[in-house]
Amino acid sequence: MSRSDDIWILGIHMTKFGKHPNLDVVDLGAEAIQGALADAGITMADIGVLAAGNLLGSGSIAQQLQKQVGQTGIPAYNVSNACATGATALRTAIMAVKAGEVDMGLAVGVEKLAGAGLLGAGGRAKADNDEWERNGRFGAVGPVDGRIGTESMPGVFAQIGMEYGHKYGGADFELFAKISEKNHAHSTLNPLAAYNKAMSLEQIMNDVMIAYPNTRPMCSANCDGAAAAVVINGEKLKTLSLEQQRRAVKVSASILTSDPWQEACQVLPDVNTLTRSAAHQAYEQAGVGPQDLNLVELHDCFATAELVHYDNLMLCDEGGAVDFFESGAAHRDGRLPVNVSGGLQSKGHPISATGIANIWEVCQHVRGEAGDRQIEGAKVGLAHVIGLASACGVHILERSAA
Amino acid sequence: MSTATQIPFVEYLRLEPTPHLVANECTSCGARYFDRRNACAACFATDFSPVDIPTEGVVRSFSIITFAAPGVEVPFVAAVIDCGGTSVRANIINCPPDPEHVSLGMNVRLATTVVGTDSAGVEAVNYGFEPA
Repeated sequence: MSRSDDIWILGIHMTKFGKHPNLDVVDLGAEAIQGALADAGITMADIGVLAAGNLLGSGSIAQQLQKQVGQTGIPAYNVSNACATGATALRTAIMAVKAGEVDMGLAVGVEKLAGAGLLGAGGRAKADNDEWERNGRFGAVGPVDGRIGTESMPGVFAQIGMEYGHKYGGADFELFAKISEKNHAHSTLNPLAAYNKAMSLEQIMNDVMIAYPNTRPMCSANCDGAAAAVVINGEKLKTLSLEQQRRAVKVSASILTSDPWQEACQVLPDVNTLTRSAAHQAYEQAGVGPQDLNLVELHDCFATAELVHYDNLMLCDEGGAVDFFESGAAHRDGRLPVNVSGGLQSKGHPISATGIANIWEVCQHVRGEAGDRQIEGAKVGLAHVIGLASACGVHILERSAA
Repeated sequence: MSTATQIPFVEYLRLEPTPHLVANECTSCGARYFDRRNACAACFATDFSPVDIPTEGVVRSFSIITFAAPGVEVPFVAAVIDCGGTSVRANIINCPPDPEHVSLGMNVRLATTVVGTDSAGVEAVNYGFEPA
């Protein structure tokens, strides 16, 4: 591999997640970009490509952001890939750098979600026709959501966790609630988390049930937030200051997959096969294995989802996710801490920002800059994100040797 | 017996001779689908033949939904049913929607329910699965 094939994160920034009533998406995205540029020690003049994601806004977020932070005429890509939008933006910037078209790229994801209700739940009004009329690919005479299973995200991911329980046993309401208890406990050390209060198992289990077995605190928190990253090739990095080289984080693997066909994947989204495939490719690309990881930020959009990804990311033996969790391994003082940021359940899930924010978290640790929640001596970490239906991003990040 | 004309809620539900589901099966690789197809997602072939799905199955996964889109009655049980190797998405019906009455691995069978009647008096009939 030539130097120019090496990809590094030169600068990265995450805004405070939570409610930002006085900031719009452009304000938040601009804050993330300016933070990432300052962290990198460069300006918009150095950036050769911009990739930006924002799912619920008015469109063309890349150009809207350029109009505030710097219009330099570079190619700008507006990307959209559900909850994997941020990781997809980063992949887009990385591909441009890897292709040799540019030396440095910028990726940003931003979302305004505070106060948004239940996501992904159809929301189609019943047709007001006098007579039944068939619509859509099922030829249905009315909305199927709620009549033939569910399209709500809490319900879909509840079934994904329950399916794991059916296959391997041991996954019940209390176990899923304990996973949530862990992440809420982790969040107390993260000042940028939308929620940073510890919650007891009883509080979690007795909270409002959204979609059994997921109660409200076991669901990802809708909030506002943005994250941005500057990527650079190894050759260009060599020309920068020693301090920039020292703080740069190596992107040892950058993988994006979609779901390969499986028997039931068009009935219930299969988030397992594409995650396992992405993890496999990432470990191979990075030349590291799960045993080499010091921390993992994975896509716990619901407590039921975190469990299956222990297995999918091969943090445990196949079928061993319940034992892995019960062993305490995933706690911040465990063998392989998972979601020390608090995860999506407490840090929050501003959709398009999530796939860069999880990378920011890993970068903080491998740089040794994570403050009170630093995982001591962290050198290698993995960031995972899933969007339905379906996209999976896995990045492996390593401390600079410089 | 009711004289009202009935139509299935979705095209892959057949009411005659007895209610059952019909999948589009890829003639090349056997992959099954319930929607209108352009090609097979597994092998890319374009020929399909209809195949009847067993009306009995096992609950492979479920969730009890208490918050849903406007117009959706809650609580209800959303599930994936394994019908002799073919996975089917459905609600569990004719059963209290709580974890004491719904369980993984539970045996269920197809049942129908009338969703509504239009101005011509035609009833739309949907399917679900009930405890067997």
